[in-house]
Parts: sequence; C-alpha cells; structure tokens
Amino acid sequence: MGQLRALWARLRGLFGPARASTEIDAELESHLQMHIDDNLRAGMSPQEARRRALIQLGGIEQTRQAVRDRSGFPSLGKLSRELRYALRVLWRSPGFAGIAILVMALGIGASASLFTMVRSVLLRPLPFPDPDRLVALYGRDGKNGNGVASGDFYDWQQAAHGFEQMAIWRWTGFNMSGDAGELPEFLNAGTGSWNLFSTLGVSPALGRSFTPADDNVSAARTVLLSWSFFERRFNGDPSILGKTIRLNTLPYTVIGVLPVWFRFPDPKVQLWVPWQIDVPARQLQTHYEHIGNVVARLRPGVSAAVALQQVNAIQHQIFVRFNGAGPVADAAISRPLLEDVVGDVKTPLYVLMAAVACLLLIACLNLSNLLVARAAARRREAAIRSALGSSRADLIRQQLAESLLLCGFGGLLGVILASAATRWLTARWTNMPRAESVHPDGFVLAFVVGVTLLAGVLSGLLPAFSATRTGILAALQEGSRGTSGSTSRTTLRRSLLIIEVALTVVLLMTAGLLFRSFLRLRSQDLGCATKNVLTVNYYLRGDKYSQPDQAVAFDSQLLDKVRHLPGVQAAGLTNVVPGEGYYGDKEVSIPERPPLPPGEHRFAAYRTADPGYFQAIGIQLMRGRFFHENERLNRDKVVIVNQELIRQDFPNEDPIGKHLRVEWRTPQGENYEIVGVVRDTAYEIGRPPRPMMWLPVLSGILSAREANTLVVRSAANVEALALPVQKIIAGLDPDLPVKQVLTMEQIVGGSTADSSFSAALALAFAGMALLLAAVGLYGVLAYLVTQRTAEIGVRMALGAERERVLGMILLDGLRPALLGLALGIAASAAATRLIASILYNTSPLDGTVLASVTGILLLTAGIACFYPAWRASRLDPMQALRLE
Amino acid sequence: MNDKTDVWQGTLALMVLKTLETMGPQHGYGIARRIEQTSGNQLALNYGTLYPMLLKLEQEGAIASEWGVSDNNRKAKFYRLTRAGRKQLDRAMQDWRQATAIVARFLSPAEEA
Repeated sequence: MGQLRALWARLRGLFGPARASTEIDAELESHLQMHIDDNLRAGMSPQEARRRALIQLGGIEQTRQAVRDRSGFPSLGKLSRELRYALRVLWRSPGFAGIAILVMALGIGASASLFTMVRSVLLRPLPFPDPDRLVALYGRDGKNGNGVASGDFYDWQQAAHGFEQMAIWRWTGFNMSGDAGELPEFLNAGTGSWNLFSTLGVSPALGRSFTPADDNVSAARTVLLSWSFFERRFNGDPSILGKTIRLNTLPYTVIGVLPVWFRFPDPKVQLWVPWQIDVPARQLQTHYEHIGNVVARLRPGVSAAVALQQVNAIQHQIFVRFNGAGPVADAAISRPLLEDVVGDVKTPLYVLMAAVACLLLIACLNLSNLLVARAAARRREAAIRSALGSSRADLIRQQLAESLLLCGFGGLLGVILASAATRWLTARWTNMPRAESVHPDGFVLAFVVGVTLLAGVLSGLLPAFSATRTGILAALQEGSRGTSGSTSRTTLRRSLLIIEVALTVVLLMTAGLLFRSFLRLRSQDLGCATKNVLTVNYYLRGDKYSQPDQAVAFDSQLLDKVRHLPGVQAAGLTNVVPGEGYYGDKEVSIPERPPLPPGEHRFAAYRTADPGYFQAIGIQLMRGRFFHENERLNRDKVVIVNQELIRQDFPNEDPIGKHLRVEWRTPQGENYEIVGVVRDTAYEIGRPPRPMMWLPVLSGILSAREANTLVVRSAANVEALALPVQKIIAGLDPDLPVKQVLTMEQIVGGSTADSSFSAALALAFAGMALLLAAVGLYGVLAYLVTQRTAEIGVRMALGAERERVLGMILLDGLRPALLGLALGIAASAAATRLIASILYNTSPLDGTVLASVTGILLLTAGIACFYPAWRASRLDPMQALRLE
Repeated sequence: MNDKTDVWQGTLALMVLKTLETMGPQHGYGIARRIEQTSGNQLALNYGTLYPMLLKLEQEGAIASEWGVSDNNRKAKFYRLTRAGRKQLDRAMQDWRQATAIVARFLSPAEEA
C-alpha cells in the first residue's frame, strides 16, 4: 500500500515540481535558521554559526537535489532533459534530422497503413455475436471444395447436432421495375434459408426476419431489404414495410430492413428472398447440383472438427446411397467464416505486409547508419561529456533519446501518411472483401506506438553502444589525429549496409516476380477478340418470358436490330463471355460409349450461343460448323464443344456427328449432336482451359433461365455503341433493365486488377527500399571519404593517380553492395518460394527477374558510390594534408 | 568526528519514526538533533539526508506534515506519526530486534557449540 501511495505521490510530483521546490527551500531555510539560533546561543560568532550549520546540513544545493530526486522520478526527469537536449541537437542539423524523419515516416507510415488493412480485413472478428463459432461448410469431391447441394444441406441440418443452426444461401438477381414508371434496374440479391440471419445472429433493424413459413415453395413471396437499398430506392421511409415491390414482375411483400452495418457476404447485395422461393423446385432436394454456400453456428463447447465429423458421417451415407446415379460430394470441408469471407486476399496482404516490414527494417538500418556516422563525428563531444562525469549509461541514454525523438516525429508524420495511404488503397483495391470496415482502431494505434518505440530503440542502440565503447582517452587521442579512423565502426556500418542491400534485393526480387507474373497474366491469350468488343448484360425473367418462344422472339429482334445499327460489324448472344469466370457445369455422357464406371463423372462447363456469337467475339472454328439460323426452339439438339473436351474425350477420333447426353429438358437427359469444335478460351485469366460446350441460345429455354450477354463488335470506338444498344433494349421492353455494359478490355482488366495492384504496390515498396539503400550507400561512402581525406592526400602526394583513387573508393563502396546482393539473392530464393502460390506461370527463380534485379541494384549502387569517389579523386593533396 | 559511526543502511527511517513516537510532532531540525542526542553523539548524521527520508515516509503515508511555529517563534514544518506510521514502526522494531538478536548470537562467545 505504502509503496503504491509513494509511487502516486512521485508521479504527481513529476508534474508539479515548481510548487514542491519552493516548499523545500522554505523548509531548509527554517532548518538553517533554527540551527544558527542554537549555535549563536552556544556562543559562536554569526559567521561561524552559519558555517557550522551549513556543514552539518551537508550543503543546501545537494540536499535540495536529493529531495527533488525523491519527489519525482529522477531518471524520467533526466529523460525529459535528454529529450530536450536531443531536440536542440537535431534542431542544429535540420538536414540530417529532416532526412532521418522522412525515412522513418516512410517506413512507419507504410507499415501502419498495411497493418490497418491486415487488422481490419484479416484479424478483426466479423461483426456478428460469437463470430468464432461461425463456420462455412463446403462439399468435397475428391480433393476440391465445391458448393453444397440443397438436398445435402437439408440432411446435414437435420442430423448434425454439433451445430446450433445451419443455413444455406447463394447469389441471385432480380429485374425490378417500378409501378410508377421509374427506370428499371437490375439488383444483385441473395437467397437464403429462413434462419440465415438468426444463424449469423442478426435481427432486422425494421420489421421482422424470415420464418419457416416464408421459406416454403408455396409460401407468399417476401423480401428483406438491405439498408442501403432501403435508403436509396425508398428514401428510408418505413411505410414500405408491408407493401409489395415487383421483382422479375412478381409481387414480393417487404417484411423488414436489415441493419445498416450488415454487409454479408458483400455490400453489393441489395435484398434477400427465402431459399425455397427463389431456387427452382427441382434443385431443392437434389444431391447432384452443388449450388449453395452453407453457414453454420457451432454449439458452444463443440469443436469445429467434431461437428465436421458428424457432417461427414451424414455425407458418407448420402454418397453411398446416390453416387451411382449422379455426382455427389464424398465429404464436407469446413473453415472459419472469417477465412471464407476474406478468401483470396490473404496471401497478397501478408506478402505486402512482409514487404513493408522489410521496408521498415531497411529504414531502421538506414537511420542506424546515419546515427553511427554522426556519433563518429561527435565522439569528442562524447569524450568530453564522459570526462565531465557522464556515465556510459548516460551517453547511451542520450543516443537513444535522439533516435527515439527522430522515430517519434517520423511516426507522427507516418500516421498522417498512413491514413491517406489507407484511404487510397481501399479505394483502389477493387476486390477487397470487408473494404468498408477498413479503419484504424486502438489495436492499430498500439501497433504504431509499439513499432515507433521499437524502431527508435533498434536504430539507436547499435550506434549508442558502438559510440561509447572506446575509452575517454582513446577517443580524445584519436580525435587529435583523424587518419586511422575507427575501423570497428566502419566495419559496423558496412555490415549494416550489407544487410540493408540484402533486404532490398529480397524486396526487389519479390516485386519483380509479382510484376512479371502480372505481365504474363495480362498478355495471356483469352482465345477471343478483346479489342472493340462490347458486352451488354440482361436477364429475361417473369411473366413476359415464361414461354421459350417469348424469349426467342425478344432475342431475335434484339440481334436483328443491333446488327443493323451503323458501325456494328457483328453481334451475337451468349450467357457468359471468356474471362468472366467458370460459371457452372453439367454432367455429360457420351451415348456412343459404354457408361463410365459408377462413381465416375464427366463434366463440361455450359455456355449458350446464337449462330453469330463465335464470329462476333472472334472465337475460331477448328472443325465442323457453327449453329444454323433454323436450329431454334425444339430443333435445338446440336452442341459445339471446345478443343479441351475433344482432347479429353475424343482424343483420336472425329467428334463431329457424335453426341453428348445432357440432362436439360428432362430428367433422363437428351442427346445433342456435336456439330462444331472451337478453339479453347480462358474462362478466367490465368486458368488452364476446361471442357466446355455451347448449346443454342435460341432454344429459348436457356435464355429465360440464364444470363444473357449481347456481344457487339465494331471496327473502332465500340463504346459509342453502348447507348444506341441500350435504347434498342428499352424500345423492345421498357421494363427490362440492363445489368451492366462492359468492353472486353474492361472485363480482362477487372480480372487482373488485383494482381496488377499488388504488383504495383510491391514495386513501389521495392523502389522506396532501393532509394533508401542508395542513400545508405552514399552516406557511408561520403563519410568514409571525409574520414580518409588525409590518407588520400598522402597517397596522392606520394604519386597515386586520380583514377586509382577513384577506383579504390568505388570498390570500397561496391564491395558491401556486392556482398549484400549475393546474400539477398540467397535469401530471396527462400523467401520467394512463399509467394509461389500467387505467381502465374512464373518460377520463383525467374532468370529475367534475377538479371534485372542484379542490374538495377548494381547500377544504383554505382551511381550512389560514384559521387563520393569522384570527389575523393578531385582532392587537392596539399589542402587535404593541411586539413590536419 | 572520526570516531563517530555512520548511520546504517535502512535504520534512519526507524530512528525517525521512533523519535516522532517519543517526542510527538516535531520539525526536521528537531528530529535531527534528537537522533544525535539519543545516540549519545555517537552517530555522524548529515542533517541533509534526513529530508529525502522525511519526504519518502510522507509519500508512503507513515507521517504527515504541517507548517507551524517552533519554540523560538520560527516558522517550521512539523511532522507527526500517522496511524499507518505507528504500525510500520511496530513492525520495523520487531524486525530490528529479531535481526540484532540473531547477529548478537553470532557474536557472543560460543557457549554451547
């Protein structure tokens, strides 16, 4: 207790030293007076009385100091004094201080910014109650994760007791047309089982959530709105509750509005409808169509592994029962929901985080280096201070105060940089999940403070120890003749430099690999035309298109009108264009062959096409023919396939005239005759081709069930056609919204945006590191030259040529650069293996990258070293010697 | 002065507390004189060392201070023992007696052995 009280009293004493000190003075004054009084009474002369009293007290000033030390914290007081001193010292060399602060601001700012993102996206728990009990479940076939079949889900839900609740959802979309003639609009939406929101632990901000009665094939249609949609389309007017809105021309009753912060799985979702209302009845109970994402909440105290075992047991029974009849998942996969939401962004974020950590380390090394140089220049000051009684600890503390101060200012500036950088990054990083939740919090603040202190201590400690190692006498003597220089300190600086260069090489290698991988990705051949191709997306849904001939009529009219637009070279229709993703596949069989052994399945991604599609988008015909104009409606039993399907299923025979059996119109499936083979296209940039088939879009069935993408090609300036095409669509059906209008180049750019972004960022970091390393090299060499001025003078006086001197100094500077390069290449061989997973077609030991990194580094090092070396070679020997 | 003993480490607090207990409220100078007298002028007490100790004891709550007027009509800061200080003194005396007894046993001629 007493200890604590004393501590508190002393802490208070820290802040009110002035008041305390007058009180001490008064007390000591009264003490002296009383003592003098006594002495006078004992018969001493006034002088003698005062002298004796003072002697016995042991000096007023000493006593005062002793009391003052006790009233606060002497070491803290010293620290603040040292900080003030350091501030004055730095103020006197603003150039050095400015560079050092900038260097640290760069390092700390970059790491703070990246850490804000890592913290917000990867580490901060999801905004749901008990988020660590939430998991995402997937089906597994062989090794790959897959969606969950609705039938599997209902079985799991019933029997897996390790979960409190389990819900299924998937993306969907609606055309919304206003009753009052508002513009039609396409809405991204979600459909989920009624308990999705209670599983996540979310209740609507307004109204009610779904109930089991809503989630039923025959139930009245209901919808939950997202807050942003509610605000945007209905002006945030709660009277919308209970009213109906038209989605795909059908009436849905608004029963509630979700909270403003609810953005699962993505802020794009505008509204939610019940699962059994949206998913076609034939998909609800099947075990073969893996369409859903499952979210589940673990029962308290049940581990994810145990709960997964229960699901696996159930799935195994399903597998045994149904596998002969169709594709069934053989087991389930579970992972934390947070990981599921974060997904692909994890590796790039951690790679970038590692890169900025490297950058920070380089900045620290640089500061350390600068400080060593300064300490060397100020060793006589240090010697004098220690001669006057400063202990080694005092000197070290003084150094630390300086580096802490520099890092403190750097940190402050860095935080400002970081907040700007973070905002910029989140705005540019298009596919970043949870981007809306990126903001600094206490955690980030603590990180920045910690990093700043650590950087200060790290970069200050080394110079502090090295500067105070030599004795006073040695320092004073050495100072008088500066020729020999401090070899140990030079070695220290060289080792620091080597590490710095090595780290820079690692960064350069990483950035170079990411960039090269991006270039390869960007230049990958999609297998179709990308220049001057426009895509226009729409969905035919609702009453108007419930019959195949209605959809076909719309599609044919649209194609006809668009083809007659001036400037249009070709137009075609499909569901998904190359580069837009895998989309979905169907099980196919070949009637001309014996069936596959039970349990084995053959899949092909499915696409739709009209007769003109392939020419419009420039996919090359390899064999056979395209569809004919009369192959429409019921005369649709033809299919076009890609080369990969031929490679896998018809390696040594002519596929034309053979058939694929696909279950499309009837549960038994129908035979489709292969009429053409087209060149492989990439369904997604950077992925190898997979078997693919195109069915006639003009059958009318697929058109009203799938997406429709109109492809328009022109000779030039295809964007100018966007408006006329949209006008044609609005002319055909004023209630039909266009979902999106993109050029093929935009689609390709979108799918490589992330990799371009992380490559650009890594390049920027590597550039900064290179700059820092160059500054470090330059600083060390310039300092060495100054140190060796006299020696160089002697050499030149003895006849050394200027070129020799130039070469000698250059070599001196390049040696650590070369050593660092070698070390860095060795280190990056290990480090780049970690990023192999995000590299496309690029080996971690790519020769070109290695060569260019080596070249760039040597060039930079050469430039950084040349100026000091040149200056040394220009020395006037007489003056150099006279400097002594 | 050379034959005087320095104040042993850690005993000054005890002396101050004990003095305040015996004499009641007292100023720093008075405490110093009293300690000197009690030791029969055997202790070399640097009066200055007393003040940090008084501050420490006050911070710990063992004593409290207050400005007052001395016998000779001088303004002086008077210290008095608090209840916590009294407890601390009892404990310290106990410890000290025990310690001296142990040391005494070591120093006394080996009777039993």
